[in-house]
Amino acid sequence: MLNNKYITGSCTISNGIVRKNGQMVFENQHAVLSNFLLSVYQAFKFSYPKFYKMDNLSKLGWLASEILLQDASLKERYKPEETGLILANANSSLDNDLKYQNTINDIPSPSVFVYTLPNIVIGEICIKNNFKGEHAFFIQDKFDAGFIYTQLNYLLDIDILQAGICGWVDVLGEEYKAALFLIEKSNTGQGLVFSPDNMDRIFNTIN
Amino acid sequence: MSSAGEIAIPDVYVVADNIVSPLGKTTVDNFSALKTGETAVKQHADEAISNQPIFASLFDKGQDFYEDTEQKYTRFERLLIASVGGALQGSDINVGDEKTVLILSSTKGNISLLETENNAPELKARISLSASAKLIAEHFGFKNQPVIISNACISGVLAIITGMRLLRTGQYENAVIMGADVISKFIVSGFQSFQALSKEVCKPFDQSRDGLNLGEGAGTIILSTNKKYGDNIKVLGGSVSNDANHISGPSRTGEELAFAINSALKDASRQASDIDFISAHGTATVFNDEMEANAITIAGLQNVPLNSLKGNYGHTLGAAGLIESIISIQSLKQGLVLPTYGYQENGVTNAVNVCSSAIQVDADSFIKTASGFGGCNAAVIFGR
Repeated sequence: MLNNKYITGSCTISNGIVRKNGQMVFENQHAVLSNFLLSVYQAFKFSYPKFYKMDNLSKLGWLASEILLQDASLKERYKPEETGLILANANSSLDNDLKYQNTINDIPSPSVFVYTLPNIVIGEICIKNNFKGEHAFFIQDKFDAGFIYTQLNYLLDIDILQAGICGWVDVLGEEYKAALFLIEKSNTGQGLVFSPDNMDRIFNTIN
Repeated sequence: MSSAGEIAIPDVYVVADNIVSPLGKTTVDNFSALKTGETAVKQHADEAISNQPIFASLFDKGQDFYEDTEQKYTRFERLLIASVGGALQGSDINVGDEKTVLILSSTKGNISLLETENNAPELKARISLSASAKLIAEHFGFKNQPVIISNACISGVLAIITGMRLLRTGQYENAVIMGADVISKFIVSGFQSFQALSKEVCKPFDQSRDGLNLGEGAGTIILSTNKKYGDNIKVLGGSVSNDANHISGPSRTGEELAFAINSALKDASRQASDIDFISAHGTATVFNDEMEANAITIAGLQNVPLNSLKGNYGHTLGAAGLIESIISIQSLKQGLVLPTYGYQENGVTNAVNVCSSAIQVDADSFIKTASGFGGCNAAVIFGR
């Protein structure tokens, strides 16, 4: 490792609970997923009309990224090309694929079809934040912190990126889980060293 | 050897490759077909994939790729098995070695099972790309957990870049990178809903281009850092960028793809003037080709000979970056840049040097570009 990197923030969303840096910041345990996501959006007073067009996967990832990046002021500290994203999940875009499949014999909708790719959630986060750097979407059986660490660590080490958002965003029906980590080279936040173990620890404290 | 900071970065060599497409089952067959000006794109009237006839590059209905006596594999997986098997045949890579990793690139994988199978909970697990990758890894005896990339139309190029990086960091010595997509009603109807399909064989960068053709195929590239391949062509560098503009339309300026091209050049320790030809994404949609020509111009590559193979293969989605890189590696070896099937007259604002006939070049290196939904762009450079 050429220099240290830090997990300067984290946001997890699962089982009706939103946590930022380990602290619960919102709870709504009894709603179906679409209503739950809307309740998060409203609770944080977000104002972003594109949110309503997104599928549940993009909504979940977008909300986690917005909560993660609140007060992070990345735009002031990094050029658009210096921030990147490495995300993964198990079910790709299958949740929306099933919805699109039901429209095929009727009138296939381009606005549903576009979400039949898992990397669209990365595109949505990039559009909102003007991130133009390296990014990749991987499919994994289960969260592989070591692999994600290796990918992002390399890009930070060779100075392709100065900051990265990495983690997991998965939705299938009413099952969902998001865990996003903000990784930077200087320790501006709670001071956790960027490592697979530290990501796993945060990922595993939620269900 | 190049270096970044204190870490010495090993060179990454191309060991072997394979293409299985409607034009042939080997790289050599495919390149020969392209040299004679063949296209696999033709009109298909098949209600199973489209209510109206479409122009696409599809395998013949009866054609199969692997004799699956136990009926264990889907059509998508049999196609991959044929391609990986073909590539391995031409190499001495030990797939059972812990230093070898398998990488899968696909956009939609087994999605056609939604059309043909009953929607049961087991189906959701069977459709996942992890299930396919695991079956193929077991089939060939790979030991490591496969890496899977699904990043729209840059998946194939991104898989090569990811493989290169996994080898550069020393985590693995060999990477077997496979990519495939098969065409189903799911995919066709989606592109139709965007009115993105051409009414004829597509015409990349041409004045009268009116959309893309879809295509089926698989490609496999095997990479290694082992010095015994030191005389082979290398993957010199690569880069990825995002437009941060629109999820289903390309950048208005092309600056972001230009950034990826420039970063790939830097990663490869090359200048724009070192690039001998460009294998463009060139889907033949109005917006993609316009954006790509802008990007190529911004990067100072507007006079470099360029081709798009979409008129020969259609857009093979998760396989495109692999198939088009493999053909271009052959071009590099044979000193022959192939023409752009369907191109006649410049149809982009910033004219680029589109090859309308095959040209002989004494080539040292080429760049392969790709862009896709989600605003993603990628560029990878191969060379001696």
